[in-house]
Amino acid sequence: MHNIKRLFLTVSAVLILAGCAGSKPLLYEWGSYENQIYAMYSDAGKVPIEQQLQDLERDYQIARSVNKPVPPGYHAHLGYLYFQLGKADQALQSFETEKALFPEAKLYMDRLIARIKQ
Amino acid sequence: MFNIYKRLSLLFSLLLLTACATPQANYNYDAFRRSNPQSILVLPPLNNSPDIRAVYSFLSTVTRPLAELGYYVFPVALVDQTFKENGLLNPGEMHQAPLDKLREIFGADATLYITVTQYGSVYQLLNSEVRVTANAKLVDNRNAQLLWEGQATASDSESGNNNSGGLAGMLVTALAKQVIGSIGDQGHAVARNASHRLLQARPNGLLYGPRSPMYENN
Repeated sequence: MHNIKRLFLTVSAVLILAGCAGSKPLLYEWGSYENQIYAMYSDAGKVPIEQQLQDLERDYQIARSVNKPVPPGYHAHLGYLYFQLGKADQALQSFETEKALFPEAKLYMDRLIARIKQ
Repeated sequence: MFNIYKRLSLLFSLLLLTACATPQANYNYDAFRRSNPQSILVLPPLNNSPDIRAVYSFLSTVTRPLAELGYYVFPVALVDQTFKENGLLNPGEMHQAPLDKLREIFGADATLYITVTQYGSVYQLLNSEVRVTANAKLVDNRNAQLLWEGQATASDSESGNNNSGGLAGMLVTALAKQVIGSIGDQGHAVARNASHRLLQARPNGLLYGPRSPMYENN
């Protein structure tokens, strides 16, 4: 009887400690992606696109070094920045990468790629 | 000895029941499960608050919670730009775009329509707080069916608004907050909390998407 109670207490304690802790490891390495989007609107034109690209490329290196994927939209956003600088090849490459990593984006990326190639 | 066990059992049982504070989930997920969306297109939010910054402040915080739930999230800034190039210049117009058009251009399974209802300082007698409230509707792009809707609010006075300093202390706090509030970034931090609260797997919240290891537990 006592053993059962002890077991119950242990299980309860473990459940309490583990169940609510809830800090799951993240699926993606986020870097500055979201902050950059915020800054791009809140301080429009303040951060040069070259700087934004540099920060995102740095994030990518960090993600690679910790062996984590960059988030959905990251490469597409990179492509958008390259496109604004008139770097069509790099924009195309970025949209292709987004599509390869996330087939969900295929239709949209194909549309953007087709537009650049026009 | 027996008594201690009894009391501890009771205590643990109570903790188990209350600690996670999960109200009963009673949301009907039938349509959500049937639709089983893999990708979500988030439109720039409608803004019912007086602060025009609310739209992009909130928009820039939604990718992370949704992607970490296991969905593909379309690049929000590029999507915004695509709308503008197609002549839809503001969230109001974007929210009116027909679903078949959205499917044709983006190929998304579902669209998330967000409305920010509150963004900014709420002044009270002895305090002011920055509060952000938003609601969201997830709609199936194929049949326009509502898959989920929810609302969340966040405030900068949630974590330990210290009343310890007495009346004078509270006044100073209120004053300091107004000064900070006028700089503007406080709203964004609170928006992020509101967005993460809104778009998480909680009771009556969103389900996990296919890219999450939790997907099977839905």
